[in-house]
Amino acid sequence: MTGRFVRLAETGRAPVRFELDGAPAEALAGDTLLVAVLSNARSVRSSEFGDDRRAGFCLMGACQDCWVWTAAGERLRSCTTVVEEGMQIVTTQPEGSWAKVA
Amino acid sequence: MGQSRVIVVGAGPAGVRCAEVLVAAGIKPILVDESRRDGGQIYRRQPEGFTRSYPSLYGTEAERARALHQSFESLRSRVDYRPETLAWNIYDRQLHTVSAGVTKALPFDALVVCSGATDRLMPVKGWHYAGTYSMGAAQIALKSQACAIGRQVVFAGTGPLLYLVAAQYVKAGAKVAAVLDTSSLWKRVRALPKLAARPRVLLNGVSLMRTLRGAGVKVVTGIEPVEIHGSDEDGVRGITYRSQDGATHRVECDAVALGYHVRPETQLADLARCEFRFDAETRQWLPTVDQDGRSTTPGVYLAGDGARVLGADGAEIAGKLAAWALLEDMGHPVPDAERAALRREREAMDRFRQGLVEAFPWPAEQAARLPDEAIVCRCEAITAGELRRVVNQMGACEANRAKAFSRVGMGRCQGRYCGHAGAEVVAAAAGIALEKVGRLRGQAPVKPLSMAVREEQE
Ligand SMILES: Cc1cc2nc3c(=O)[nH]c(=O)nc-3n(C[C@H](O)[C@H](O)[C@H](O)COP(=O)(O)OP(=O)(O)OC[C@H]3O[C@@H](n4cnc5c(N)ncnc54)[C@H](O)[C@@H]3O)c2cc1C
Ligand code: FES
Repeated sequence: MTGRFVRLAETGRAPVRFELDGAPAEALAGDTLLVAVLSNARSVRSSEFGDDRRAGFCLMGACQDCWVWTAAGERLRSCTTVVEEGMQIVTTQPEGSWAKVA
Repeated sequence: MGQSRVIVVGAGPAGVRCAEVLVAAGIKPILVDESRRDGGQIYRRQPEGFTRSYPSLYGTEAERARALHQSFESLRSRVDYRPETLAWNIYDRQLHTVSAGVTKALPFDALVVCSGATDRLMPVKGWHYAGTYSMGAAQIALKSQACAIGRQVVFAGTGPLLYLVAAQYVKAGAKVAAVLDTSSLWKRVRALPKLAARPRVLLNGVSLMRTLRGAGVKVVTGIEPVEIHGSDEDGVRGITYRSQDGATHRVECDAVALGYHVRPETQLADLARCEFRFDAETRQWLPTVDQDGRSTTPGVYLAGDGARVLGADGAEIAGKLAAWALLEDMGHPVPDAERAALRREREAMDRFRQGLVEAFPWPAEQAARLPDEAIVCRCEAITAGELRRVVNQMGACEANRAKAFSRVGMGRCQGRYCGHAGAEVVAAAAGIALEKVGRLRGQAPVKPLSMAVREEQE
């Protein structure tokens, strides 16, 4: 599957390898997790109130539409988190994790 | 003066200029910002390791961006700068912050909130599909990550950012499928006398239009968005709009950047119990401030776009004026002549601001025409029909009651992106003035905290 975001410049950065829903994926050093995921995939999570997939909205930490999870179950706001080598990211909410917290 | 405990929230143009004045008066403020780096929205810095030049990042504002970044660098050792730190509550004259899972309560004698703005949104059917982004988001993807939000991007809405960001995309080599403006050319022409208060900015605007035209981008004014098409799995596929003659047109695209100018981030002012007033011109509630940024809560000052949207230059001035107000209230001398000059300069900016409001008006009337099935709250997928139902069947005509019954405004964005439109839907359904609907009260935490937080003493 192709990614959603298109890189226009700054492509000479070092590659960063991470895991996306169990499959190997590549990003560039300095990418936010949102960009890392969306340069590989079309969305970052599913809405818990409908069937639609979501891909973030504001990119500035205000809408919370870009949450992803680590394989260990930690929730990350992908637009304000920097991708790191070896991260294991899942785009479906793990069983038993909180849907919403204050 | 002894050690005054002064906190500035926000390291954008307003916050940096405010801190600069405070430091010059011998105060060492705590400067809290949620971002990793200084600069705020417009002068947002790219991450380390990115190599684009100032002119390519900031265009006509490159020198101002550089000046602000340099001022910040020279201040750095003289302020207690805390990046990646969210101010999430104000209670009992303490600012509550959280950083890396640790919350702290910081007591203050004076607090300057320079929290900036976020995009102002009017929903359109289908705006929940993946690939619809706020106008600001489209710009952030480019500025801070050198990415376009899609292969074929439509820019829709109204406001100066509509043309600015579309032109920035064109210059960066992205494919812009169309620019769709809900405002008409006629409104812009009528606003010209006010916009002429800042000739340089007006000329920049004209040159953006030239860039778009030169690139052959389709620009349509006076439109109404009808629907963003897409699928649950793959997201946006196109957008349909109605042109002034009533005909509908579809543009194929895989991304839509949507926005109607910006709105101040006022949650902290609300938590500090500042009074708000209804601004009929822009149809929103704004915190009440005097000409220098004093709020109605003693010791709390509001500056920059977080109080009133004047743009970056206006934010720099507002930051200084707020710092002087604070110093004056603490018994420090302030430079009267310089202050008077800045107040005058700000008046010209306010005239320009009014021009922008008239040139790119908030399309309030669209709210009444939103189809029932259109989602108003993206967070919890609540439709216009559901919101109308709580008004018509349950008589909930006040913003907080309508929110309690419908949950519009209760989701994870806390009403940032649905609050203004939701109030318009309620007002139209109830047949009352928007002002009577009231405003959603700000709540702590101003953004969701992660589950694992622990408290530490300063
Ligand atoms: C997305 C977006 C894009 C924009 N792009 C342009 C542009 O290209 N050109 C232009 O002229 N104008 C632009 N504007 C308008 C712009 O906001 C102003 O011109 C200028 O940045 C205002 O300066 P400021 O200091 O008031 O706020 P900002 O520059 O927005 O700075 C506010 C700072 O406060 C921080 N902050 C806010 N709340 C908290 C909190 N609770 N805790 C901790 N930190 C917090 C933020 O992280 C941010 O760094 C844009 C606005 C938005 C919303
Ligand atoms: S996209 Fe809005 S918070 Fe990340």
